[in-house]
Amino acid sequence: MSELKKRVRAFVVSNFLLGDDNGFAEDASFLELGIIDSTGVLELVAFLQQDFGIRVEDQELTPDNLDSVSSVVSFVERKLSASGQNS
Amino acid sequence: MSDKFSRDVLKIDAEAESDRICARIRELLAHTLHRRGIVIGLSGGIDSSVTAALAVRALGAKRVFGLLMPERESSPDTLQLSGEVARSFGIDTVLADITQMLEAVGFYQSYQAAVRNVVPEFNSQWKSKLVSSGHDEWNGFTFFSVVAQSPSGEMVRVRLPHRTYLEIVAATNFKQRIRKMIEYYHADRLHFAVAGTPNRLEYDQGFFVKNGDGSADIKPIAHLYKSQIYQLAEFLGVPEIVRKRPPTTDTYSLGQGQDEFYFSVPVEQLDICLYARNHGIAAEEVAQATHLTTDAVQRVWQDIDRKRRTTRYLHLPPQLVSDVSEIEGL
Repeated sequence: MSELKKRVRAFVVSNFLLGDDNGFAEDASFLELGIIDSTGVLELVAFLQQDFGIRVEDQELTPDNLDSVSSVVSFVERKLSASGQNS
Repeated sequence: MSDKFSRDVLKIDAEAESDRICARIRELLAHTLHRRGIVIGLSGGIDSSVTAALAVRALGAKRVFGLLMPERESSPDTLQLSGEVARSFGIDTVLADITQMLEAVGFYQSYQAAVRNVVPEFNSQWKSKLVSSGHDEWNGFTFFSVVAQSPSGEMVRVRLPHRTYLEIVAATNFKQRIRKMIEYYHADRLHFAVAGTPNRLEYDQGFFVKNGDGSADIKPIAHLYKSQIYQLAEFLGVPEIVRKRPPTTDTYSLGQGQDEFYFSVPVEQLDICLYARNHGIAAEEVAQATHLTTDAVQRVWQDIDRKRRTTRYLHLPPQLVSDVSEIEGL
């Protein structure tokens, strides 16, 4: 598992599941699992902006970018790549 | 008569429905709640006006007590319209301006400090409101922005980070909770029950403040779609000026429609989408009836389902670790 993926998953487990990792799949939908609601998305965005130094634009607040560990990781990788940073 | 799906499915026999609700109000007060009348906060909106009219029809005006609870940011219409409703139905009322209570709990300071996180020049001379990203074209997560207007009329719109969003909502919820506290003061004093005034959209979609406007002993119109409430309003003789007023939250200093803050499409379209969702109507038929696209109807339904899930917490009573079965069924 990449370091980026570990950090994203650790945040989700710690912040939304209060440390109780139930083994959800990396491509499982946060929404369908009831892990994240619209307030949770804002928390996730705050985490990504602070920990990875990226800026999440309004039009990027979509399930395609933010609804699973794997989609979040891909999104962050694209943002870091576009800004010339590495994870 | 055509079988084509249309808004007509929401047509009701207003007299029969009023009679049914009134009978239930009397039954619940006498046999379940054991209270002698109803206290109701009057906002000048259609829902509280219809609830008050039904309570008067059920119990007589002497057993209904109205509260007018504006604060300094309330629309000037609020007091005038709610007073007119009270006069129309012969209800005794008391005016309880909650501005000083909001000052005492630090609402205005907390609210302004939170908005200054994102609009540093914001102060008490500015006006503001929250607006939602949700609309029928948007397929992303719902997020909120503050819209602020300077004294010179300049408008600023900024997306809210989650801490600031929560601060603003938490502070603003003081308004609904203080009003409910006053309603229960008068309910206790009169040995009355408190009526909540949500319509079906608000109740189903969690558009209320827990222990604020969501708190009540009886919610007489929570099963009715908004357009059905307008039908009752006409039958019950709610003043026309109230029936013609667009739905508003009357919560922020800038005027704010419910569909700007919470609902993804205007209430009259959402009404029919919700009915269709509840009755398994095909999206194509709903699209024709609402003049939305089929994709937009699907997005509205997704939003309905999502709000049901995410606002479940608002409906839940306090959760116990173990049952206390002795008090059930009394």
